[in-house]
Amino acid sequence: MRNGTVGTLFGIFVGGLATLAGACVAPRAAHAALGAPYASIATDQTTLKASIKVTPRSSYEVHELTLASGTSVREYVTNGGAVFAVAWNGPTMPNLRQTLGDYFANYTAAASAAHGGHNHLAVRQDGLVIQAGGHMRAFTGRAYLPQAIPAGVSIDELR
Amino acid sequence: MNCVKSAAAAVCQALVIGTSIAILVACGGKSSTLSGGGSTNPIAPAASNVAAAVVNAGPSGNDVNTLFTSVTICVPGSTTSCQTIDDIEIDTGSSGLRVLASALSLSLPTVTDTNGNNLLECTQFVDGVSWGPIATADLTVAGETAASLPIQVIGDTTFSSVPADCSSIGTVEDTVSSFGANGILGIGVFTQDCGVACTIAPANGVYYACSSPTECTAITLALTSQVPNPATYFATDNNGVIIELPGVATTGAATVTGSIVFGVDTETNNASGKATVITVGGDGTSDAGNFTTNFNSASYDASFFDAGSNGLYFNDSSLSECPGTPPSGYYCPAGTENFAATVVGLNNASANVNFSVANADTLFNGGASLTAFANLAGTFPQDDSFDWGLPFFFGRNVYFVFEGKSTSVGTGPYNAF
Repeated sequence: MRNGTVGTLFGIFVGGLATLAGACVAPRAAHAALGAPYASIATDQTTLKASIKVTPRSSYEVHELTLASGTSVREYVTNGGAVFAVAWNGPTMPNLRQTLGDYFANYTAAASAAHGGHNHLAVRQDGLVIQAGGHMRAFTGRAYLPQAIPAGVSIDELR
Repeated sequence: MNCVKSAAAAVCQALVIGTSIAILVACGGKSSTLSGGGSTNPIAPAASNVAAAVVNAGPSGNDVNTLFTSVTICVPGSTTSCQTIDDIEIDTGSSGLRVLASALSLSLPTVTDTNGNNLLECTQFVDGVSWGPIATADLTVAGETAASLPIQVIGDTTFSSVPADCSSIGTVEDTVSSFGANGILGIGVFTQDCGVACTIAPANGVYYACSSPTECTAITLALTSQVPNPATYFATDNNGVIIELPGVATTGAATVTGSIVFGVDTETNNASGKATVITVGGDGTSDAGNFTTNFNSASYDASFFDAGSNGLYFNDSSLSECPGTPPSGYYCPAGTENFAATVVGLNNASANVNFSVANADTLFNGGASLTAFANLAGTFPQDDSFDWGLPFFFGRNVYFVFEGKSTSVGTGPYNAF
């Protein structure tokens, strides 16, 4: 099911649309982040009680939210208006349900499967990569949809 | 280390249960077939300030490179209402003692604020969260005691309702099976589990005041009220810890036995010796707990030593990840590769580290009973982080000196090896 969802979202990115038609979740209030449309970042900002800073880059923008604890959440938005990657680092973990959106279930599923202990987590599936590590006071992580990364953009920029 | 002394012989005897190669390391033998530190590190035998530490498969039977010890806790002030709990994971990436409620037979007094609200914590790990009340206990580890120590009881059935802000961070791990141990002993370099980040804004996602099990409010919490590093509560030997593990054969070991030594430069068995001091970032800074690793012409400035990580995790595009569905995230080079890195502290002191990365699938296929590998490595999300997990500790004595505490060679927070 997850592959099906990513396929649908990839079609949306290519078409430049900003709806989540066909997503395999029930409709709900605009819900942010990975795989979601740009407009949802405002919801992130409110939900996460964060300040926000926007940095334009080559073929995308970085929207950086700074949480009250000091943790930074960065959302990478294509010029077509879709969030193709998120990254975070800081003293506390961010609200990953909000940040990973529909992909939060993949994150929790990975934790429930055999994995690398409390201080490391990796998900690598067709169309979804999530990597997290660090420790209290210095957590770090990122998640991205490989097929949705704009041409010419390196994964190394997504952090 | 002299193997003819009775205490040392006890340690050597324990190592017989492990590998015969491990015994050679502890008794001063050659270690040419070992991975890890490679040199012979003296491992302190059992003593008042020394607790046994073991790498084994854990309660799940599936763990690799996970270090366990036992603790004895009592109802505060009691010498009869006590329980010794095994399978307590040792973690230097966190601070604080946490015990799973299902593994706890004692009824411990919970901590409340002046309004009678219970103090609850949503402890954050990379892989999830653990929810439960703060309580107090008298703790004994080896011969060290901590009276009225605040600890967390994870998965307490009274407080089974987990706030949305907590469960939104990750998987809730409130059972022995999901947590992977009966508890965790966090003895990293920081005095409290959260630090300054939990004093500045209530929306830190960590601490809550609950007027009832279903009515919890996120709060800031003063440092003195946060869950402390238990070793800082010891009357003596409270300035740091040393993790001492023997080297491990390149193909792995079924079990490894070593020591956790409490205190640095406080007894005859915990001298700093010639260990290189690697200073780490302080609480409230962006590199808290971290130092720099130079490797492959790159600089990983958010590096750390962590006994609670079960591999060496770093980003290296030349190493292929293991295949599989889903992929494990470990590295699977065709053959074992040997590397050299340099670790540099914020004090600009540096030390070389040689390490190996074996094919993880080959290691795991070497036997289902193997639980310890000195050459297990995998990917890490950021290019600037190098997680020196438990493989680094095999064959080395690794020091964790607590923030603000002094030893003969420096003031914490720092690591040394």
